[in-house]
Amino acid sequence: MLISVKNLKKDYSEGEVTTNVLRGITFDIHKGEFVSIMGPSGSGKSTLMHILSFLDKPTFGEYFFEDKEINTLTDDQLASMRSKKVGFIFQSFNLLNRATVLENVMLPMIYAGIPYSERVFRAKQFLSEVGLDHRINYSPANLSGGEKQRVAIARALVNNPEVIFADEPTGNLDSKSGYQVMKILQELNQKGNTIILVTHEKNTAEHAERIIQIKDGLIVGDNKVLQRQFFDTEKEELKK
Amino acid sequence: MDLRETVKNSYLMLVRNKMRSFLTMLGIIIGVMSVIVVMSLGESAQGLILNEVKSLGSNLIGVLPGKSDDSGPPASVYGIVITSLKNNDGQEILKENHPNVEGIAMYVQGTDVVSWNATSVVETFVGTTASYINVEDAKIEDGRFFTVDEEMSNAKVAVIGSDVAEQIFGDQEPIGSQIKIKKTNFTVVGVFEKRGGGLVQSQDKQIFVPIKTAQNLLLGINYINYMRIKVDKPENIDSVISTTEEVLRRNHNIQDPKDDDFTVRSSAAALDAISQITDAIKFFLVAVSAISLLVGGFGIMNIMLATVQERTKEIGLRKAVGATNFDITLQFLVETVFITFVSGAIGIILGILISWIVAVVAQALDYSWPLIISPWSIFLGSFVSISVGLIFGIVPARKASELHPIEALRYE
Repeated sequence: MLISVKNLKKDYSEGEVTTNVLRGITFDIHKGEFVSIMGPSGSGKSTLMHILSFLDKPTFGEYFFEDKEINTLTDDQLASMRSKKVGFIFQSFNLLNRATVLENVMLPMIYAGIPYSERVFRAKQFLSEVGLDHRINYSPANLSGGEKQRVAIARALVNNPEVIFADEPTGNLDSKSGYQVMKILQELNQKGNTIILVTHEKNTAEHAERIIQIKDGLIVGDNKVLQRQFFDTEKEELKK
Repeated sequence: MDLRETVKNSYLMLVRNKMRSFLTMLGIIIGVMSVIVVMSLGESAQGLILNEVKSLGSNLIGVLPGKSDDSGPPASVYGIVITSLKNNDGQEILKENHPNVEGIAMYVQGTDVVSWNATSVVETFVGTTASYINVEDAKIEDGRFFTVDEEMSNAKVAVIGSDVAEQIFGDQEPIGSQIKIKKTNFTVVGVFEKRGGGLVQSQDKQIFVPIKTAQNLLLGINYINYMRIKVDKPENIDSVISTTEEVLRRNHNIQDPKDDDFTVRSSAAALDAISQITDAIKFFLVAVSAISLLVGGFGIMNIMLATVQERTKEIGLRKAVGATNFDITLQFLVETVFITFVSGAIGIILGILISWIVAVVAQALDYSWPLIISPWSIFLGSFVSISVGLIFGIVPARKASELHPIEALRYE
């Protein structure tokens, strides 16, 4: 089992008011799965993703990653887990405009302690895989939205993570770039990568094999996708 | 994350934000620069003064009125008038016939208007004994120095320094001319050779008259300001000092050395005393310029705090991709230290440049001004700028590392 959560709860207190964002979430995710976590805004899906990706800690409940208890880890151990086990793709890309495309992709490897020459080699390799060879010395500020997200994907992959977390990855993209990104994610999944996609769009969620639906901090559905969406490169259009 | 990487990032940060980097650095640059300049100028000025004292000769003993403690100068140095030293003190010492004493000169001093024809200038006049020429190794360019007879008989004769001659007489012949000091006419009998140097007291800029004439006609006093005793060899100085002290105690009816109303010092001891004063001034100035370093430090802290705010999202991202709190602290600390270190280096270079310019100008103005840049000041400059970076970088760096990754990522 790659991920296993049991009765996960998360409360936020602001002054006297306590908000129960997650109210008892239980599920398992196997290695190699492509899972969408879907729900309206405020449902708690982002909070769940933050906990799953070691960015936040639950208030209550258990979280096992590769059968290892996560809740007891220190901040530094969590940082190490983020460095080695997960890759992030954000809605707003979160690229550093001060650095070049290549440097952005090299960034996670700095914290993983990988030597410089290896970093350059691997960053170039992954940028080539997302088709951005010609952009390595650009500033991300000068790239299109689709290109930015592909840089982010390369960055998410460089440390060979166990899981890729994609938080509304198509939210800031036009539909064509969005489909391209989803296609890359599907290809990565076919190669064996585990992908967890967080979205509020049914259409986007249906690119995955399985959808966990969340509402008001509880799971309201956990089903296989019967009619999975694929992006057909040949016809450049969506096919069901 | 290794340190070299962090330093390289800091460099890029600096280069990609030139204007802000420059403004951030300005405070430290000015601070370090002023420390270097003040230290260098202080040392050079000290060197100049000490050279001057040394130029008087190492075989001179000074006798000043008033008691002083072991190392400090007597109060008369600071301009306080003490009247305990009289003409007959010098004569008594002479009478003692110490074999190593080559001469004793006594001095009084004043400043007043000196006029010749239509020219009127304010000059310093020195009343001294005929022995001056021997004790101070003074050289006459033109004419002669006044004689013992003239000294004893209130003669109205004057010997003038080379600058004074030029100032008052220009191209005219000074010898034989009548100059008026404070309503009394003096006949110029000699002009000194130019001696050069001289910052505090320069023979070139003074007028010399017999001591009694000065006391009676110009100043209306019966005491002397100080005397100098010339000893044949430096190794006999201690012996002459003790004889001098004995004579003066006897002459002043003093039993206990604690009650001394005079100070006898060799020029070596005077050097020490002067060094002490100039050291104190130097350290005071360095302390003042160090305050600007402190101000510069706060300036940097302010900018770094703003930078942390501005780069919140970057910090969030770095944490998301695996940076530990220590990595983030280190990154910002190294950035601050890098900025202050570069500023320090620039400050040191500018400081040396300014000190050099001052030395060139001073030397062009005929002062024997040495250019002294002590390695100590450069070390201090680098050390302080790095410390400022460490001290003022800590707060912003801690603040950056304590950001929660999610809140940082969401920050707009």
